[in-house]
Amino acid sequence: MGVLPEPVETLLDTALVSELTVIDGSGRPVTHPLIPLYDGELIYLTSSILFSKKLEHIKANPKVSLSISDPVAVTTDHFARATIQGDATVDDSDLHSGWERVLPLWRKKEPAIDMFLGKRVALPLFFERAVIEIRPRRSFLWEDGRTDRAPQVFEVARAIA
Amino acid sequence: MKPTEELMGRLEERFGHAVIAFVDEDGYPMSVATEFRVDAQRGTVLLQAVAGDAQPPADERVNVVFSHIRPQPGIGYDERRYVSLWGPLHTTDEGLEFTPDRIQHWDEQEMTFFEYSERGVPQAHHYLDRLWAETGRDVRPKLSFGWLFLRTTRLPFLTATFVPILLGLAVASWTNGFSWWLALLTLVGGACIHLGLNVANDVFDTASGADEANVNPTQFSGGSRVVLYGLLTLRQIALLSFGLYTVGIAIGVGLAAARGWELLWLGVAGVVLSLFYTAPPFRLVHRGLGEIVVALGFGPIMTLGAYFVQAQEYDLEPFLVSIPVGILIALVLYVNEVPDRPADAAAGKRTLPVRLSKDAIVNGYAAAVAVAFASIVVFAAAGWTVRPTIIALAAAPLALPVYRALRDFYDQPYALMPAMAKNIQLHLATGVLLILGYVIAIVADAAMDDPPFFLR
Repeated sequence: MGVLPEPVETLLDTALVSELTVIDGSGRPVTHPLIPLYDGELIYLTSSILFSKKLEHIKANPKVSLSISDPVAVTTDHFARATIQGDATVDDSDLHSGWERVLPLWRKKEPAIDMFLGKRVALPLFFERAVIEIRPRRSFLWEDGRTDRAPQVFEVARAIA
Repeated sequence: MKPTEELMGRLEERFGHAVIAFVDEDGYPMSVATEFRVDAQRGTVLLQAVAGDAQPPADERVNVVFSHIRPQPGIGYDERRYVSLWGPLHTTDEGLEFTPDRIQHWDEQEMTFFEYSERGVPQAHHYLDRLWAETGRDVRPKLSFGWLFLRTTRLPFLTATFVPILLGLAVASWTNGFSWWLALLTLVGGACIHLGLNVANDVFDTASGADEANVNPTQFSGGSRVVLYGLLTLRQIALLSFGLYTVGIAIGVGLAAARGWELLWLGVAGVVLSLFYTAPPFRLVHRGLGEIVVALGFGPIMTLGAYFVQAQEYDLEPFLVSIPVGILIALVLYVNEVPDRPADAAAGKRTLPVRLSKDAIVNGYAAAVAVAFASIVVFAAAGWTVRPTIIALAAAPLALPVYRALRDFYDQPYALMPAMAKNIQLHLATGVLLILGYVIAIVADAAMDDPPFFLR
């Protein structure tokens, strides 16, 4: 059992893609599809330096949200939708291999990553990566996936609605 | 960039849902999925209203994202695409009306991931520069020494050197004799010149901007890009090229001193051609002469040179047998230049694919292959080369998929990649079979008192 409600954790564990929303320098939300990884406490996303504007935005404003919305990209029997708000940090202390600490979680969702990593020489900058760590603050859950109905709202580890 | 009517019109067929993202009262982004319909003519998206705490603010600018992937169990996913739109959101009786005025999008079926990544290289440098300034740490990208050397020198292309040199050695073994240490020195010297040429090519293509302008590099074209990616500096690769040339030239001079100074002129021709392939003032590849230079350098010059080192004389036979090898290696360059042509044209590198039409290039490929294999037949039939070399015809079918790919995927760099690999195999297989032809003749001659005509 982690810090998030079980249905949200199930979504995080099975979703192949999520939408990370960050806030840019002009206060505008900017959303990026990324693979979500979760260890029961923090949500991890990795980003190549090739697509690193989001990292700059997070460093300037750590408030982020992550939604799991695509029924095709989630392998659960019962589809639900969730959004998690939280505070993110960027770990770019070792771009070359620091991100490999989340490789076991990544591998579970994308087994082909090992093959791509074996061809690192072909895409060297793609594998210079930072890790985005999100500490969840609040989560929203639509148990039947219908967002025209009010979501259940949870503060971390405590349901309030 | 504003969304086009065509792109808006395709949203419903390409995506199953939308995600509205906005900033909530606490200053956190909020993102929520919903259903949508598009009125492409009006340029609006009608979004189903969202309930409860997840409601977006009325009459404010929001980000609406459409995202799609297709899961591939046990592998990962494919068919990645997204469209991100920004604009004002208004509440209507039917729901939420969104009128986008700005767009960012990517579809890997329209722009390959390699190109998408390549277009991110300036952002990668921007990020690294900022990180370096923030932390004071050296944060250059890295590759292990072995991979970096392989990438910088484009080591796998050494087959282009080994084939003509081994062929020259094979002819010498048939007509004269064979010395292992001379053969080894020839291979090392030839390899150094070839790798020096590869790196020099990158020095000049980086300096001219040709590599930077190319956003469609493949593993066969577009250069090593080690400077562009920040893996090495221009000075470092210039020094590497100089070092490789120095070793290659030293070995060549040593072999000339040991075996005969007539070799020197051939070596000088090879080095000069390789240097001025991309180096000013001649820049032969910029003048549409690259294929001829490569055909000469990796055909007759290397084969005759390897032959001379062993035989201490020149002869017609190694020259003739090197002709198909020279043509086929020139065709490797010729095909690899096809995806590079927009970037080459922008950098003033007027290669044949830049100068000629698609039809001329495709037909030129077929004609050159025909000449290469016809020469093998004619020379063997006439007895000017050993007759078993005719087995090299077995490699000819490899040209067919290359021809078809040129015809069908001329403007699709990544769809051409398998054909580029096949074209390299065509050169390698033909060369190996020509060498094998000589080995068969040598073995037959050693095993029989009077080998039949087709074995000699």
